[in-house]
Amino acid sequence: MKILVVDDEKDVQTLFEQRFRKEIKMAEVNFVFAFSGEEALDYLNSHDHEAVLILSDINMPGMSGLQLLEKIKQQYNTPPPIVMMITAYGDPENYDMAKALGADDFLTKPVDFVALKDKLKHIIT
Amino acid sequence: MKLTFILLIILFSFLRKVLRTKTDLPYWDTRFRYGLMLSIILLSVEVIFPVARPILMWVGELFLFALFFKVITEVKLKAAKPIIFAFLPLAIVDGFENIIEQILPRWHDQIDIIFGIAGIFSFIWMVAMLIINNKQRKALEKERLKAVEKEKEFQLSEKMKAALAIQVEERTAELNEQKNDLLHALDELRTTQAQLIQSEKMASLGELTAGIAHEIQNPLNFVNNFSEISNELLTEMVDEINKGNTDEVKDIVKDVQQNLEKILHHGKRADSIVKGMLQHSRSNNNAKKEPTNINALADEYLRLAYHGLRAKDKSFNATLKTDFDSSIGNINIIPQDIGRVILNLLTNAFYVTQQKAELKNQPAIQQYEPTVSVSTKTVGDMVEIKVADNGNGIPQKLIDKIFQPFFTTKPTGKGTGLGLSLSYDIVKAHNGNLSVVTKENVGTTFTITLPK
Repeated sequence: MKILVVDDEKDVQTLFEQRFRKEIKMAEVNFVFAFSGEEALDYLNSHDHEAVLILSDINMPGMSGLQLLEKIKQQYNTPPPIVMMITAYGDPENYDMAKALGADDFLTKPVDFVALKDKLKHIIT
Repeated sequence: MKLTFILLIILFSFLRKVLRTKTDLPYWDTRFRYGLMLSIILLSVEVIFPVARPILMWVGELFLFALFFKVITEVKLKAAKPIIFAFLPLAIVDGFENIIEQILPRWHDQIDIIFGIAGIFSFIWMVAMLIINNKQRKALEKERLKAVEKEKEFQLSEKMKAALAIQVEERTAELNEQKNDLLHALDELRTTQAQLIQSEKMASLGELTAGIAHEIQNPLNFVNNFSEISNELLTEMVDEINKGNTDEVKDIVKDVQQNLEKILHHGKRADSIVKGMLQHSRSNNNAKKEPTNINALADEYLRLAYHGLRAKDKSFNATLKTDFDSSIGNINIIPQDIGRVILNLLTNAFYVTQQKAELKNQPAIQQYEPTVSVSTKTVGDMVEIKVADNGNGIPQKLIDKIFQPFFTTKPTGKGTGLGLSLSYDIVKAHNGNLSVVTKENVGTTFTITLPK
């Protein structure tokens, strides 16, 4: 399963790679990283239908996670990828906005990786 | 001739008049008045009772010469001396004639003609003397009046002087009081200014709080996450050691090392943010210039300002552009002061783009993308820091006022109107310059120029 992680913090890559060390080793998951909304769209354009799951931060300079979500849901609907939003602000406005734009799930920072792994397993099976 | 009493009467009258005894010498006035009355009475007695004439003659002569003597010798009466001299010949001639007539009546009849002539001469003398004397007296009187007038003028001017002195004193006291009032007011103003500067700092810190929280939250998350993972990795490592998988153990050690570096890095990141915040709020009376990486400073405040605004208005999003000239290196500035200037310009830039974005429903700007950019550049021996926005620009009529204290276009309570004014002062204190270029509906660029 290919997962695209979008966050402007570059260390997120190291974090995910270590957290999912075993899963990556077993080739259960395959992570791709983008460090801005624009980069994420570029990837999606060049690798059509590859990413099944997108994990995106909301607060990023330039294109925000919500704008990215809107574009993904408009442009990539066959089949629509699962999009999970991650934000440091667990506020209802962002949550409502994300839901309205078609986000499949909503996580708050700091990310609870145990819960995230559970969710991923659920999606895979 | 029997002129004794008549002379006395005339003499008394003259004395009183010439000496102005009524006003100047009241003591003598009384005496002269009694003398005058006595002379009149004696004259009447002499006329009515001719028998008493010989005795009265003696009395009269004595009286007359006693008066002469008194006037000549009395200091207070010396002004009347000329009168005495005018009367004296006539009095002597008359007195002599009278005495001769009394003692040697036959003789008298023989030399009657001589007495007559002497009498005429002494009378003429008297009249002439009196006329001259009168003239002199009048001249003197004039002089005296003049002197009195002058004295009056002098006293008047003295009075005016005194009044003036009092007035001057009153004025001085008034002015002193005013001066003290002004000094007091100045003191109060200085205190107020200091308080305002502090509250402006605090206000901008308040705007930053959310940004700071966000900026600290991220590194803290990394610290927590990497610590957790490292712990898990170490547990795993123990297993691998037991299994004897040396290669695997080596890989894990590498990862743990990397994680510890990350923890340190993010810990330091949070640390510098907190330090920056403390510096920002501290009163920097003794802040010193230090070599500072202006690019890092600008970048830090860009993030803080952006997240600060985002925390308040979550729907707002802006494109941040940075173009840093890495060849600048460190420049000598007071970092918290210049940081405050940059933060202020950025806060303004985000504010105007946000304002413009809120008007998005207007067709002309439907495609509006709020953009704020920060750039640095070396220009000769100066460093330029530009903060640009694509907001609505500053109207030409307001451009002259933007650096004035308390000038703000923000609604009441939203801005102190001190931001740009303080920024200007800070840049000037660094021997730099703060300038603005703006175009309506296109945007505004502030340029800070600092010596390298």
